[in-house]
Amino acid sequence: MKKKFNLFEADVFYTILAIIIGFIIGAIFLVIAGISPAVAYGKLFSSVFSKPKYLIWTLIYASPVIFTGLSVAFSFRTGVFNIGAEGQYIVGSLTACVLGILLKMPPVLHAVVCILGAALAGALWSFIVGLMKVKRGIHEVLSFIMFNWIAFYLSNYVVNLEIIHKEGGGEATKDVAASARILFPQAIIKLTDCSAANIGFILAVAAAIAMWIIIEKTTLGFRLKAVGFNRNAAEYAGINADASILTALSISGALAGIGGAVQILGMGGRLSQLAAQEGFGFEGITVALVGSSSPIGCIFSGIFYGAMKYGGSKLTMVKAPSEVINIIMGCVIIFIAISHVFKALFNRFSRKGAK
Amino acid sequence: MDEKTVVIEMKDIVKKFGDFTANDGINLTVHKGEVHAILGENGAGKSTLMNVLYGLYQPTSGQIFVKGKEMHFNGPKNAIESGIGMVHQHFMLIQPFTVTDNIILGVEPTKGLVVDKKTARQKVVELSERYGMAVDPDAKIQDISVGMQQRVEILKVLYRGADVLILDEPTASLTPQEIEELMGIIENLTADGKSIILITHKLKEIKACSDSCTIIRQGKYIQTVRVADCSENDLAAMMVGRAVSFSVNKQEQEPGDVVLEVKDLRAKDYRGVEILQGLNLTVRSGEIVGLAGVDGNGQTELVEILTGLKKAESGSVTMLGTDIFNKTPREVFQYGVSSIPADRQKHGLVLDFSVEDNLILQHFEEEPFSSRGFLNRGPIRSQASELIEKFDVRPRASELRPAGTLSGGNQQKVIIAREVTNDKELLIAVNPTRGLDVGAIEFVHKYIVEQRNKGRAVLLVSFELDEIMDLSDRIDVIFDGQITGEVPGKDANEKELGFMMAGGKKA
Repeated sequence: MKKKFNLFEADVFYTILAIIIGFIIGAIFLVIAGISPAVAYGKLFSSVFSKPKYLIWTLIYASPVIFTGLSVAFSFRTGVFNIGAEGQYIVGSLTACVLGILLKMPPVLHAVVCILGAALAGALWSFIVGLMKVKRGIHEVLSFIMFNWIAFYLSNYVVNLEIIHKEGGGEATKDVAASARILFPQAIIKLTDCSAANIGFILAVAAAIAMWIIIEKTTLGFRLKAVGFNRNAAEYAGINADASILTALSISGALAGIGGAVQILGMGGRLSQLAAQEGFGFEGITVALVGSSSPIGCIFSGIFYGAMKYGGSKLTMVKAPSEVINIIMGCVIIFIAISHVFKALFNRFSRKGAK
Repeated sequence: MDEKTVVIEMKDIVKKFGDFTANDGINLTVHKGEVHAILGENGAGKSTLMNVLYGLYQPTSGQIFVKGKEMHFNGPKNAIESGIGMVHQHFMLIQPFTVTDNIILGVEPTKGLVVDKKTARQKVVELSERYGMAVDPDAKIQDISVGMQQRVEILKVLYRGADVLILDEPTASLTPQEIEELMGIIENLTADGKSIILITHKLKEIKACSDSCTIIRQGKYIQTVRVADCSENDLAAMMVGRAVSFSVNKQEQEPGDVVLEVKDLRAKDYRGVEILQGLNLTVRSGEIVGLAGVDGNGQTELVEILTGLKKAESGSVTMLGTDIFNKTPREVFQYGVSSIPADRQKHGLVLDFSVEDNLILQHFEEEPFSSRGFLNRGPIRSQASELIEKFDVRPRASELRPAGTLSGGNQQKVIIAREVTNDKELLIAVNPTRGLDVGAIEFVHKYIVEQRNKGRAVLLVSFELDEIMDLSDRIDVIFDGQITGEVPGKDANEKELGFMMAGGKKA
């Protein structure tokens, strides 16, 4: 079955189109604010591409949002809506941080334990919401949002516990033991001149591949997708729908939890008291949407988002507000969401042209 | 029929959706006061043509004339203004509103700022009496029968001044008595000069009430015939493009051991009303038992309980002597129950899944389709190719197409392929040919009879009395949650069954 490739049918085309439109609208706002878009965008690109070191920083920024993106994408693919990746990310980072501070273990093993602990915490956080859904019919979106806040305040509470909290004031925890960190060996860090270079991105790519295999190749993925697409038919065919939903939510939660661990063990090294939700989970929704809910797509959209975040943080150097990044990303989402309108327009246009 | 006055003329209608041509040069001429049937297989383009006439689609090319004047409809509103009305297969009524409220909705007569219900009610009563519909203008939709609801839909169209009524599969959910009454109403309408365009698969109804018939095959206009000059067989052959056999080829056969036994089954429906009130039923191997009944007498709940979707209150259900009362769908399936569900899109298929994935829906965790948790695409694909060929699923090479892109008839073939291949001791078939054309029906019936001939037990639940009478070795009538009568399949007659289905005792 060969199909002629049609540019106007491909999702990628509309994604790129949406990104371009996002930048154009961002430029309009920059002009209104009296800033040259050329200067601002120039800075944005040069702060990502001008040095290899910057590219590595981009990947460091990308790693956690790839994980939360995968988390949300996995939930989309299996017919549930995980809007609680934020909370799962927080309990994941909290668990990794606490285990990283309190446990005394050899390197590598310590990191593995922290990551697994974070995955478990994220999975559990999501599983509880799933349990309320299948046993009591409570809509998951509601409980997810509440669980995000429970995670947030839980995290702030634990950060301030005496054995966790940094000695001598400040608003953060002690540093995570070096044995738990997932930084690259010193030689590479020196070579790249990037103090936070870590294996987070490699883990993210591995997770994406694992997710692709689960979704496309395994009976587990088949079952989860069947329930996601048509719960009635799946049950009729003898699949236990409740168990499938709980499994899907747990895997989704675990991915977000690992995202939290990667951020703490890779870049942060400690957990700060949060003033507001950091938004990694919500950014995951963006990453999943831009990546068309495909695991491989999430890698690329995660890198894109990482670049925007990292480059955006440098915009103040040219006196441009970094908020313009949010405007661009917001527009990208809107235009991806309405891409079917574009599709219809193009179809009509091309049909007229063919006449 | 008034041969002279042409009310609708559609000339050389072409409608394309992208690369797909749904209507390819179709002509239709409808005269005043005639019943004009449109006949075609599933996916032949009947609905597309009617949607063009009703203004829902704009034709790619071609002309539409209403009473000699060329029209360009931009929406149903234009069509309604030109006197064209459509009664959809699925009614669009507001349940808690009264009949009158539903009819006047959107075109309410007003007196100052308030709705003038008195005048409206008056007009509804007049229309209803004029065409012998006997509709109670003050009844709420939720309290009246399906047949009455359909009359309300017809009144709705008449109230808006329609001279041409398009009836889309009007008899799909009616009882035999209601069908007969509908035929009477159609007669009254045409006597009054209204024209009816009838979309149906049922040749018998075309023969019973239509004057002319336009046949469409694969989007193309075949011909328009006077119904009086054609036999049912002629019509079927023109529609399918080959001779079709109606009689089900079935040898006499002694039924074997009891396969399914249901005793004193009691269950409540979703409202908590006792819908099954001590139902007893036996199905033996090598026989087809037909369950005849008006919708809502407990058939749905019975099937749901037998397939594990619903829990019963009390009673017993055994398969080959093993208790399967209130087991899960998985367990019931393992004990030998397979089924063709009533709602193929809700229960039968995952529409977003490919055809090959739908074919392994119950078996994806078994060898050879998977091993150690990984799917084996090779065996999955080769099984799909084999079944697509054997069960004539169209288009061919549709292994990877989402099931939702197939036509209804072909979706049903995918389900039948899967369930017949399961080859379980009991096959429950619920409305297995609903919405299918005669070619596909012939095909489905062949496989159901084949299961019986192989010594499997078949429970056939259908609202099509003809189907029940053609296929069943034994017919049980279900009324008010109980089996109220039983007749042998070969000497069943429609009148008697209809009487029993309405609660009458066998004479």
